[in-house]
Amino acid sequence: MIATLIELATANPIAAAVLALVGLALLFGALLGFAAERFRVEGDPIVEQIDALLPQTQCGQCGHPGCRPYAEAIAAGEAINKCPPGGQATINALAGLLDLPAPELDDEHGEASDVKKVAYIREDECIGCTKCIQACPVDAILGTAKMMHTVIAAECTGCDLCVEPCPVDCIDMLPVDGGLASWQWQLPARPGLIASDRQPHSGAAA
Amino acid sequence: MRKVWETPGGIHPAENKHQSVGRPIGQLALPEQLVIALNQHAGPAAEPQVAVGQTVLKGERIARSGAAALHAPSSGTVVAIEQRPVAHPSGLPAECIVIACDGRDQWAERQPLADYRSVDRQRLLDTVAERGVAGMGGAGFPTAIKLATDRPITMLIVNATECEPYITADDALLRERADELLTGVDIASYLLGDPAERVVGIEDNKPEAIAALRAAIAARGADHAPVELAIFPTKYPSGGERQLIQIITGQELASGALPAELGIVCQNVGTLYALKRAIVDGEPLISRVTTVTGRACAVNGNYDTLIGTPISALLAHNRLAPERLARLIMGGPMMGIALPSSELPIIKTSNCLIAADDTEVAAEQPAQPCIRCGLCAEACPASLLPQQLFWHAQSQQHDKLEAHNLFDCIECGACSYVCPSNIPLVQYFRAGKGEIRQQRADKAKSDFARERFELRQQRLEQQERDKQAKREARKLAAEQAKAAQAASQASGDEAPANSAAAMIAAAQARAAARLASPEQQREKLERAIASSRARLERADANLAAASAEGADAEALKPLLAGQAAAAQKLAQAEQKLAALAEADSAASPATESTASADAELDAAGRAIAKARQAAAEREALSPAALLDRDIAALDKRLTKLRDKLVAADDDQRELLAASLAKLEAKQQALHSQREAVADGV
Repeated sequence: MIATLIELATANPIAAAVLALVGLALLFGALLGFAAERFRVEGDPIVEQIDALLPQTQCGQCGHPGCRPYAEAIAAGEAINKCPPGGQATINALAGLLDLPAPELDDEHGEASDVKKVAYIREDECIGCTKCIQACPVDAILGTAKMMHTVIAAECTGCDLCVEPCPVDCIDMLPVDGGLASWQWQLPARPGLIASDRQPHSGAAA
Repeated sequence: MRKVWETPGGIHPAENKHQSVGRPIGQLALPEQLVIALNQHAGPAAEPQVAVGQTVLKGERIARSGAAALHAPSSGTVVAIEQRPVAHPSGLPAECIVIACDGRDQWAERQPLADYRSVDRQRLLDTVAERGVAGMGGAGFPTAIKLATDRPITMLIVNATECEPYITADDALLRERADELLTGVDIASYLLGDPAERVVGIEDNKPEAIAALRAAIAARGADHAPVELAIFPTKYPSGGERQLIQIITGQELASGALPAELGIVCQNVGTLYALKRAIVDGEPLISRVTTVTGRACAVNGNYDTLIGTPISALLAHNRLAPERLARLIMGGPMMGIALPSSELPIIKTSNCLIAADDTEVAAEQPAQPCIRCGLCAEACPASLLPQQLFWHAQSQQHDKLEAHNLFDCIECGACSYVCPSNIPLVQYFRAGKGEIRQQRADKAKSDFARERFELRQQRLEQQERDKQAKREARKLAAEQAKAAQAASQASGDEAPANSAAAMIAAAQARAAARLASPEQQREKLERAIASSRARLERADANLAAASAEGADAEALKPLLAGQAAAAQKLAQAEQKLAALAEADSAASPATESTASADAELDAAGRAIAKARQAAAEREALSPAALLDRDIAALDKRLTKLRDKLVAADDDQRELLAASLAKLEAKQQALHSQREAVADGV
C-alpha cells in the first residue's frame, strides 16, 4: 500500500506536491477555524487596554460620558489627544499601545495640569440640593436632600463636574497637598553632553 | 569564634571614627525648648494627646500611635503644636509638639518591669509600643511590630556593625553599657520565644567594644542564655540587614523577603539598649546616644541626647566654628541627609551629626556621562547593575527598572561613591522608586475610580430599567382594564351574573368552613377536658400524699394552687363545650347540607333582580319622567325637613334652616330643568 503510494508520488511529482500542500492547507485551515471558535474573545480586548491607560477621572472633558466610552471611541478611530487629566503621559502611552504618532494635547478639551485637585464643599454654605451628588461620576459625594453634603476626598478624582451644577457655588477645587507623606525624590538634573564646559554648582559649598 | 561569610560588593571609605570615641558618653545641659516631631517612625504620624498650655512631666506620653508612642523628654509646658522644619530630605515642615522645659526635669511615675518574664508576651509587646521603642539604626521601624512576628524565630542578631564612617554611637554604647545591652537581648529573646541562638554581629574595627562585650558576657551568670560574637572584617555596608544575615548565616534573603522568613530577627544595639531602659527601668524612649563629629566642631564626642533637642544646641556644646562649616549632615556620610539649617530637632533615628569642613567633603562635582566602567556593579552589595538601572531611571522606563530589581537597592551609596563620573546614582534610584510608587498609588486609585464609575453606571441603568418596567406594567394594566371594559359593554349583562356566581361560591365556601369547624372544636374541647381532668386527679393525689406525710402549710401552698388552677381550667373547658352544643342545636334545623348557603344565594339573587329591575325602569322612563320622580323625592324630603324644623330647638334650627335653603335652591333648579325638558319635548 505504502509502496504503491510512494511509487505513484515518484511517478507524478507535481501532482504529489500539490496534493500534499492542499492536504496541509486543509489541516491547518481546520485547526485555525477550530481555534477561532474555541478561543473566541468576547468584546474588543483593545478597549480594555486603552481603558487601563486612561486616568479614570470620568471627567467627560473628551466629550464622552466617562473614560470607558472614550476608550471605545479611540478603538473606533477617534483622536487620542482629548484627555487633559492624563496629559502628555497618557497620550504617549496610548500612542505606544496603538502604534500611532503621539500628538500634542488638543487644547479644545482643556489644559493639562500637573497639580492634582480634589473637590471641597464649603459646608456652611451648602443648601443640600443634591445636584452635585447627581453630577459626581464616582459617587464620591455624601449627603441627602436638605442636608449638608461633603466630598469623600479619597474617592474624588478631581473631575470638577460637581462645580458647575452647584447653585450656591460652594464647591472649590483644592490642590492635593500630601505634605511629607507624598514627597518624592526628583531625578537629578540631566548632565549636558560636555559636562566640563559647565560651571561647578554654586550651591555645593552652601 | 563563629564562622563568617563573605558578601558581594562593598567599599572601604576612610573610617574617621577615632575622633569621637576618645571620651566617655557626655551629658548635655537641658535645652530651653524641645521640639518633638510627630512622624518619627515608619507609618502614619502619631496623634498629639496634649493641648497647648498643658504641663507635662518627663516621660509622660504626649502623642499616641499604634506602633510607638511619643513622650515628653523633660518636664515643662506645651507651648505649641505646629508645623516646624524637621530633618527630612524634602526640607518640608511637619507637625511638631513644642515643650518649654521648666528646668526641673521632673519624672512622671515610672513603672519598672524588672521581672518581665512574668508578664504575658502580648502585654509586654504592648508595653514596648506604649513606651515608644523604635529602631534606632536608621529606619525607625517600630520595635514592637518587628518583635511581634508570628513565625518561629531561631536566631536573634544584634546589629553592632555600625559600618558607616564617622558614626560611633553604638561603639560608645557598647564600651560603657554592654551589660545593659545584654539585658535588652534577654528581653528581645523572651519576646521572640527564646530563639536558639543570639549573635552579636560586630566589625573588627571596634576592639574596645568587643572586649567590653566579652567581659559583660563572661560576667553574666550561667543561668543566662548564651550570647555569641560574630566578628568580621570592616567593609561598608556590612550593617545592612540583608548583608549582616548573609555574613553571619551564609544565607541570602530572597528579593522582597523579610528576615523572619528565615527565622531571623535583627535588632540594633541602640534599640536593645532602649528596650532595656523601657522595660527594666520603666523609662520610655526619650533620649538616645548621638555622635557629634566633623572638623568644623572643636570637640567631637558622643552624648546622651534628649529627643527634640535642637541640633544647634549640640553643635554649640561642641564649639562649632560656623565659618568652617561646609556641610551639616544628619546620619552618616554615605546615607545621611544634608541639613539646610541647624535649627532642627533630634529625632529617634538621629545617630550622628557631622559638621564637615571643606577638607572633609569635596565640593560637588558636575556629573559626567557614564563611561560604562562597571565599577558600580562591582561595588553593589545587592548584586544589582547600577549602570543599567541608571539608564532606565534616566529614561523613566519603569518596567525595565522593576525587571532589574530596583526595589532590592538598599540605597547604600556605594555605587555613587565609586563612580568616576560623579553620577548621583542613588538619587536616580530614589527618584525611580518614588515614581514607581506614585504610579502604583495612581493605578490603585484609578482602578478604584473605574470600579465606582462602573457600579454607578450599573445602578443608573438598573434604575432606568426598573422605571421602564413599571411604565410598561402600568400601560399593560391600563390596556387590560380597557379591554375588560369593552368586553363587558359588548356582552351586556354577562358581567353582573358572573360576579353574582363568584359571590355565591364564596358564601358556600364560608358556610362549609363554618360547618367543619364546630366538629373540630368539639373534639378539641373534649381532649382539653380529658387532660384537665387527669391533671386535677394528679393534683388531688399529690395533695393527699403531701398531707399524709405531714408537710407544713408552706409546702402545701403550691400544690393547692396547682389543684385550684387545674379545676378552673376544667370548668372553663366544660363551659365552652356546653356553649358549643347549644349553638349546634340552635343551628341544627338549618344545618343539613348547604341550606343556609342556598338562602344566601336566594337573597343575592333577589337583590340582583331588584337592582336590575330598577335599572330597567330607569332606562324605560323618559328624561322628563325621571326629573318628575326626582322632584317628587325632593318634595318629600322638604316636607320632612320642615316638620323637623318646627320640632327642633334653637341650636339645631340654624343648621336645619341652612340645609332647607339648600334643598329649596335645588328644587328650583330641578323645576327649571323640567321646564326646559318640557320645552324641548
